[in-house]
Amino acid sequence: MTTTAYAVQTGQAAARATGLNKVYGEGETRVVALDNVSVVFPQGQFTAIMGPSGSGKSTLMHCMAGLDTVSSGSSMIGETELVGLKDKQLTKLRRDHIGFIFQAFNLLPTLTALENITLPMDIAGRKVDKAWLDRVVDTVGLSGRLSHRPSQLSGGQQQRVACARALAGKPDIIFADEPTGNLDSRSGAEILSFLRNSVRELGQTVVMVTHDPVAASYADRVVFLADGRIVDELHEPTADSVLDRMRRFDAKGRTS
Amino acid sequence: MYRTALRNVLAHKGRLLMTALAILLGTAFVAGTLVFSDTLGQAMKNSYAKSYSDVSVLVTDNSTGMRIGPKGTEGKQSAKLTDATVRQIAALPGAQDARGVISGFIGVSDKKGNLIGQIWSATGSNYVPGSSGKDARYPLAEGRAPSGAKEIALDKSTAQKAGYHVGDTVRIATNGPAMDVRLAGIVTTDDPQITSGGTLALMDTASAQKLLLTPGQYSSISVQAKPGTAEAALLGEVGKVLPKGDNFRTETGQQLKDDQTRAIATGTNGMKTVLLVFAAISLFVGIFIIANTFTMLVAQRTKELALLRAVGASRRQVTRSVLVEALAIGVIASVAGLLAGIGIGAGMQSLVASMNDGMPTGSLVVAPTTIVVSLVVGVLVTVLSAVIPAVRASRIAPVAAMSSGDQPATQKSLVVRNVIGALITAGGLGLILMGAATKSDAGRMPVGAGVALAMIGIFVLLPLLSRPVIALVGPVLAKLAGTPGKLARQNAVRNPRRTAATAAALTIGLTLVSGLTVLGASVTDVVDRAVTSSMKADYDVAMATGGLTPELATAIGKAPGVTASSPVNKAYWEFGGTSHSVYGIDAAGFEQLVQPKMLSGSASALKQGQILVDGDMAKKENLSVGSTLKVDYRSGSEGTVTVGGVYEGNAMLSEVVMANAEVAKHETDPYLSDVLVKGADGPTAALKQSIKDATGNNPVVEVKTKQDMRDEFNRVITFVLNMMYGLLAMSVLVAVLGVINTLAMSVFERKREIGMLRAIGLDRSGIKRMVRLESVVISLFGAVIGVLLGCFTAWAVNRTLVSSLAGLTTVVPYGKMLLFLALAGLVGLVAALWPARKASKLDILASIKTD
Repeated sequence: MTTTAYAVQTGQAAARATGLNKVYGEGETRVVALDNVSVVFPQGQFTAIMGPSGSGKSTLMHCMAGLDTVSSGSSMIGETELVGLKDKQLTKLRRDHIGFIFQAFNLLPTLTALENITLPMDIAGRKVDKAWLDRVVDTVGLSGRLSHRPSQLSGGQQQRVACARALAGKPDIIFADEPTGNLDSRSGAEILSFLRNSVRELGQTVVMVTHDPVAASYADRVVFLADGRIVDELHEPTADSVLDRMRRFDAKGRTS
Repeated sequence: MYRTALRNVLAHKGRLLMTALAILLGTAFVAGTLVFSDTLGQAMKNSYAKSYSDVSVLVTDNSTGMRIGPKGTEGKQSAKLTDATVRQIAALPGAQDARGVISGFIGVSDKKGNLIGQIWSATGSNYVPGSSGKDARYPLAEGRAPSGAKEIALDKSTAQKAGYHVGDTVRIATNGPAMDVRLAGIVTTDDPQITSGGTLALMDTASAQKLLLTPGQYSSISVQAKPGTAEAALLGEVGKVLPKGDNFRTETGQQLKDDQTRAIATGTNGMKTVLLVFAAISLFVGIFIIANTFTMLVAQRTKELALLRAVGASRRQVTRSVLVEALAIGVIASVAGLLAGIGIGAGMQSLVASMNDGMPTGSLVVAPTTIVVSLVVGVLVTVLSAVIPAVRASRIAPVAAMSSGDQPATQKSLVVRNVIGALITAGGLGLILMGAATKSDAGRMPVGAGVALAMIGIFVLLPLLSRPVIALVGPVLAKLAGTPGKLARQNAVRNPRRTAATAAALTIGLTLVSGLTVLGASVTDVVDRAVTSSMKADYDVAMATGGLTPELATAIGKAPGVTASSPVNKAYWEFGGTSHSVYGIDAAGFEQLVQPKMLSGSASALKQGQILVDGDMAKKENLSVGSTLKVDYRSGSEGTVTVGGVYEGNAMLSEVVMANAEVAKHETDPYLSDVLVKGADGPTAALKQSIKDATGNNPVVEVKTKQDMRDEFNRVITFVLNMMYGLLAMSVLVAVLGVINTLAMSVFERKREIGMLRAIGLDRSGIKRMVRLESVVISLFGAVIGVLLGCFTAWAVNRTLVSSLAGLTTVVPYGKMLLFLALAGLVGLVAALWPARKASKLDILASIKTD
């Protein structure tokens, strides 16, 4: 797994945060969720964001994906600055440049698997790239189940539909929020391999928030967050190295 | 448990708001109706309490009443009340005084020549000077008693309204030509009919007799008892001296008062019943909303209820907790509804009083029954509607508390429901068809029962119907609105039960509205056709009060410019054993004035004294040209007539047409309903004025062209329809609340999906469009079913009316039906405003958060 060359060179940034601050509440109830975070997610890389509960990892993802506003700093997708964009522009940006995978699948029960996959394009009124779609569907292994509705699919299959939906529009970057949180370990492993393949073989960019060291080990790089700050980074991680790092940082948290 | 239930009410205030409003509106309608009719009834009773205070016994000659139609069976000539009768009664030992009264119609024109007040409350009577030379019943305020044919006295308010002073010339109208008289005096009166806006014109007895009756005749005699003589005893005495005749009615003052009270009660009860029917429709519509709300609340709280079961609550306790919740809402909403209803009652009273001059008003009557009925109805409807959801809640297994499922995805199969629905619908439709096939009044019962059954059946079937019907609009929606449209359509059929219950509320209103509209259009059409196809006369002259006098008919016939005219007589005789209405017309003018479509024979047969019959009667009684029929003329004489022709029946002519000369042979004083007039140059203004002049510009004479007659009929139908629409508006309003309710709940339930859609790039306006279109689709679904059901019902009702309205066919005003559908769509759009806004404002992160 370490030998494969990236389909796209990792020079350019798919997403970039600079001096990002996010503060909730005021006065006594003031909580700093993100404290001067600067991070770059290069194109063609699979990055995992890790950290304990309340570390700000989900907030970071939401701010960088244009789902949440920042208090100060800069957040960019490609060459587009998110800060200061209006809701309409943000929506369009998400629609055209970002893919999402959620913990709870979030498929529309009324639509078939295929309709769910092409939903973002349908909303945008864009034509579906047939060849690309076939490839994506093939990769996630859903070929025989495209006309099924979510209620007729297993959890793993539903999440694969969600992955295909995120990929189908060839977004600049895919944000995945605990994509394996609701799955058993086997289905989870399938999804993670699939995300990794989409980076290696299809040249996509994936940023995944997780608290599972095994999930993080599928990534090319792990960014560690604690108390709203980036505290460490790990390249070519394994489950053990991630766990090890987590433990240290737990201990440090306790002693400091 | 009760505390949990009440906490739930408080926790879901917002979501229960629409339900509470629906109950509130229904209860307010009921309470408003009761308060208004009680108040009106009380006010009328109070204002009429003074009448008959100086009457101990009243003898009435029924045959002298105002005539508004042909004579019935009582038309035999009989004894009269004369001066002799009055003197005889006055001489009775128990009688203090007896007064011969003449009453009839005298209309009073204002200075512009228009009638003052309403025709039905324009009264003419006689001024009876007592020993002092003055009439104690009508105290003179100004001037002196009227005397002679050229003088009248008016009541004070009428004189004031028109600005008349003693000595002025006043134009008065009876059923004959109008005439100018001098205002001799102004009187006061406490007669409630006059004080409540009527007009009173008095003449001396001889003149009044001449004008309104026949000389020497009275319409009634009012007798006052000597102190100490009981009314009943006096009644007995009076009975003995009355001339023989079955046309006299004698009543004591008390009986008259009781009769009046009863008449007022009947009047207000009739109005109350009609209003309550519409209130019941609103409440019925409310049932769907309440049931829907509780079903959704229970579904949303599955986990919570399962938890209650898991920690040891029994099924019964769970059921009861839901019912207690319903009870709480029912009580709160009903109390609010009662208060609102009292307000509505007060508002209605002032509205009616401001629109009707002299309508009695009084303090609001809030009877204990009003309070009890409103509250009980409101609470019962709420609790009963919640029974099924409550029972369903109790069936939730405790283990559901542990499962992490998002929503209960499985829905119970609709098979049983569909089978039952199909059976009921089929039964209902069968009954309707059966009733329609009778083509007579006898079909009304089966049609009525069938409509009720079919409606219930359709409601049961609505979930099944929702998918195919809504699928029809799918392509349109997808094309017009893209993905939001497609999602809207799918959301609309996602929960067929919920969609059906929401749509049903609109279906009820639309069924009634479209049914009434089709009926109205059909009846208008048949009258239209009758008038246009058979009336050749340029003008139809009629009296707003009913019949005309023969003198007036003659005067009209002689008016300059009139080339042909004929009075129209109406009679009701027995032909071959069954009663038929007779249309009498001058044989000579018939073909110039009326042009029926002859099926066989010739219209000129009238000249030979033969009769014409319409096609229906010919078929029913097996008649053809040359047939003879036995006639019972109802005045003791009988005879035979020959059928000279058969014409196609229409709403203008009666079943039998006969020459006036023949009618006159058998009826001494036939009822003269109209005069048909044809002029040399058609319906010109000059001809109209000439006719008017011939009647002395009588304000109650109406000179109408074909178009006027059609317009007038249209106005009547439109007025009735508008009133119905207004009353049904309440149930539509409740239905709108239901749509808002369903959408708001759906938005709440689909929060996660909406959040996801926003995240992957559907903008706020797309979300809004999706919710709005779902609302429009549901509303249109309900409306389409309602319009179809309404048209079908109207068709069936029309079939049962065919026998009484010749030539009636069902006319569907497609434009109006489309308008109703468009309005229903608009209703959906408006109902979705708030839920759509709410949905578009949802915070993405909060919505997609997994809990």
